[in-house]
This record gives sequence, C-alpha cells and structure tokens, in this order.
Amino acid sequence: MKGWRLPLAMLLVFAAVPLLPLGRDSGYVMLLGARIMVFATAAVSLDLILGAGGLVSFGHAAPLLLGAYAVAALDKAGVDGALPVLALALALAGIYALLTGAVALRTRGVNFIMITLAFAQMVYFATGSIPDYGGTDGYPLGERTRLFGLKVLHDGLPFYLSALVVLVASYLVCRALLATPFGRSLVALRQNEQRARAMGIDPLRVRLGAMVVASLIASLAGVLLANESDFISPAYGAWQRSAELMVMVLLGGAGSLSGAVLGAGVVVLLEEGLGRFTQHWPLIFGPVLVLAALGLRGGLAGMWARRG
Amino acid sequence: MAEVLHVEGLSKTFGALWVTREVSLTLAAGEVHAVIGPNGAGKTTLIHQISGVVLPDRGRISLRGRDITRARPEARARAGLARSFQITSVLPEFSVLENVALSVQAREGRAMRPWGRAAADREANARGMAALERMAMADRARRLAGTLSHGEKRQLELAMAIAADPVALLLDEPLAGAGPEEVPRLIELLRGMKGGAAILLVEHDMEAVFALADRITVLAEGRVIASGQPDAVRADEAVRAAYLGEDF
Repeated sequence: MKGWRLPLAMLLVFAAVPLLPLGRDSGYVMLLGARIMVFATAAVSLDLILGAGGLVSFGHAAPLLLGAYAVAALDKAGVDGALPVLALALALAGIYALLTGAVALRTRGVNFIMITLAFAQMVYFATGSIPDYGGTDGYPLGERTRLFGLKVLHDGLPFYLSALVVLVASYLVCRALLATPFGRSLVALRQNEQRARAMGIDPLRVRLGAMVVASLIASLAGVLLANESDFISPAYGAWQRSAELMVMVLLGGAGSLSGAVLGAGVVVLLEEGLGRFTQHWPLIFGPVLVLAALGLRGGLAGMWARRG
Repeated sequence: MAEVLHVEGLSKTFGALWVTREVSLTLAAGEVHAVIGPNGAGKTTLIHQISGVVLPDRGRISLRGRDITRARPEARARAGLARSFQITSVLPEFSVLENVALSVQAREGRAMRPWGRAAADREANARGMAALERMAMADRARRLAGTLSHGEKRQLELAMAIAADPVALLLDEPLAGAGPEEVPRLIELLRGMKGGAAILLVEHDMEAVFALADRITVLAEGRVIASGQPDAVRADEAVRAAYLGEDF
C-alpha cells in the first residue's frame, strides 16, 4: 500500500464530488473540480520531467496550447471526433517535444529554463498569428469534441468524469513509467549525471523520451481545457501558465506525482477563493507561495508523508 | 596475455599546459596496472580521457581492438569500460541494491526499457547481490546509498563496477578519503577483484599500489617517465627524482 494512500484518498475525493448534495451550487463545484483535474493532468506530466527528471522546463504550457489548437483546427474543418482530435493533438505535442527537446537538452541549468521558455513563446506567438483561428482574440469553439458521437465532454457530469479518467490514466502512466528501467535511468540522471553516464545510460535519449511523454499528456489537458471553456486562445500557452504549472509541482512536492495533483488543487482553489475577495489576489498568493517554499520540505506531499 | 585496452600517443593540452603528453600504455586481461605520479601529473585527466569525460587532442584509445577515442562515456560503458571516481559517486536516493542493479541493466542495454518493473528484474538483482557479496556489503542492500559511510560508498562504487562485468575497470584513487581503519579492508577487497576485469589503478597510497599492481606506469608532468615491474620502477632514478626523494 505504500505510496498509494495519498492518490487513493484524492481519487475518493474527486469521485465523491458529483455525489455531494450541493443543490444549485453543484454545477459550479463540478466545474471547479474538473478544472483542477485538467490542470492536475498537466502538472503531473510536468512533474515527470521536472520532479523526477530534474529538467526545469519553463515551457510546459506549450503542449497544452497545441492540444487546444488541435481542437480549434479540427473544429474549423468541421471535425469534432475525439479520435482525430486526439491524434492531431498528440502528433503536434510529440513533434514539438522531439524538436525542442533535442535542442534544449544540449543546455543545462538556467539555459535550459530559458530555452524551453523561448520555444513556448514561439508557440504562443505563432498561434496568435493565425487569422483563421482568431489570431490573438482566440477562437470560439463551435462543437465540443465527441467520442464516437457521444457527448463525453459536454456540460456537467460527462466532462467531469472524462477529466477524472484522463487524470487517473495520466497519473498511472507516469507512475508506471517511473518504475521501469527507463524511469530508474531518468531519476538516476537527475541524482548524478556523471555516474549514470559512466554506467552506460544515455542522457539525451532518456530525457528526450521523458519530455515527449510529458508533452503528450499535457496536450490531453489542452484538449480538455479547450472543451471546458468552449474557447481557444493563445493565453492558454502564456508564460504565466507555464509558471503556474511549475508552482503546482513545487508546492505539491516535486517528484511525487500525487503532489502535483495536490498542488493543482491548492493553486486553483486559492486563485478562485482569493479572486472573490480582491482582484489583487496575486498579492496574497505570492507570499503564501514564498512561505510554502520556505516551510514545506517536499511540498504538500512531503507533509503528508511525514504526518503523524 | 591478451590486450584489452590500448592507449597510444594520447595528448591533451589545457591552454598552454600539457596535461597529457604522448602517453601510451596497455592493459592486459586480468592484470592490475597502476598509474602513479606526483600531484598534477595528469593521472585523473588520463582516466577522464580513457572513460570519455574529456576528449584527447591527439592519440588513440581502443577497447578490445575497437576504437573508442571519440565515443561518448555511456557508449564506452556499454562496451565494457567501467570506472570509479576520485570523489565518491553513487546514486544517493536509491538503495544500495538499486545502484548495483541499475549498473547491470545499463551494461546489458536494458536501462532504456520503458516497460517492466525495474525492481522485478531478477537477473539484475541477482548479479547485483552477487557483486555486493563480493564487496562484503550484502547486508547493506536495502539501505539508501546516501546514508552509507564514506568507506561503504567506496565499496558500493566497486560493487557497481564489477556488477557490470566489465572488460576493463578504471579506478581513480579508490582509497581517497577513506579513514586509516578502512584502508586495509578496501585493499583486501581490491585484491579480491584481481584476476577478473583488467584494472587500471590510479592511487596515491603506495602501500596499496605495491600490494596490488602487476605493472606500474609513472607519470610526471603529463608524460610517462617509467613503466615496468614494480621492483624495477621502485629502483628507477627518474621516478625517485620526480617524487623529490619522497619515501615510497
């Protein structure tokens, strides 16, 4: 059971939300819950490379944006089937990660952070310069994505459950991957690259593989986000979004995967809750983050592990 | 004896400084070949070039007849060249067994495998445990490598190296930093490794060198000033001069 308690507890919470007798607020709560799960999916995938792999990517919103624009592009072409949408989203995100990763991984430290940011900014400005998809104004989605004609991403419960399925699947894939020899090699490279290479582990191939997987998963979050908002805009891939994903991972506890889900929950709820009191909520959110960074060793997941 | 490692005319400069100057040496199967020399003689840089961490300016390195002069470190490792580092280098967040098992998996080309649980790799675990037993630390298998004592980390590094079943093993000061009570124990363990992989040993501890080496090459200012049987090297005038009368 070791290492399964926290994810199972969170699964129970997410599964229980639709059952809560909230009356008129139910729709709002489910929307919020779904939003948390969508960002949690992106955050878990970032944790794979940032937490486990030690690769501080400051551009993880880019594959999210590509996923969202896959929805827009096919909607424009009159296609709303989940299979073509997913195929395009995954293809774009995979190619993006391969190309940018192959370049970015030749750098280290701050340079890696800056180059991943630069690539993400390129995607941001590129998507904003396509008149067919509304340029910087964005693109109102005509039809939400359907799976074999079923309205799995339409309002309320179906979307909520789809987001839950995507999150659980993404978590399990990342977790299983970390347990394979590949995952062990990825973590070994973070701990001690020189030693790992002297053992025969190829840093470029391992890290590039992890970046591709993370990017693929993030694009799924983008597909969901586009459907949730019925609107696709370059803002999904703004650098602030990449930073937000990093905050979720670090606040939750880098490397634990389930911490990223906790972090996503806390960040989305804080933004929502503080936003009700004041539009200057970042003024409060900022210090909270600083305190968390100073006081929480191993993030929220680390706190959970040390409980009792 | 069959030659497993061949280094020929290796040269490397850092700016105006010749750290390695026309160095040639060989390593035969099963032997321990020690490389000694005063501080700054270029011993570690030599190991770095052979293992691929630093690329030479000129010269040629081959492992079992295969040219590896420009190969990346990980490719050399998979070809059977293992090494230890002067500053202990283990994977601190992994257990001792995970450290040695990953060494096996990487050597066998399985470290990229994105399927199957790494911890359930029976062959890697078995070979890893065998290496730990040979290094007298099987009882530490479940400990986190980062929590080991310095001497134990040294043992773990040796275990990681032999677990990979290498063709040649480069040991960069395996006794460095070990306490006086740990040294005899480590020398015993190193003696136990003789006859397996060919070992290129860089070491400052002369007691260890003369206890272990079949052959000794002496470096000074990046160049080979003597090479041969331990007794012959001990008597060599140039060597004595290089060590400025230091007792050895």
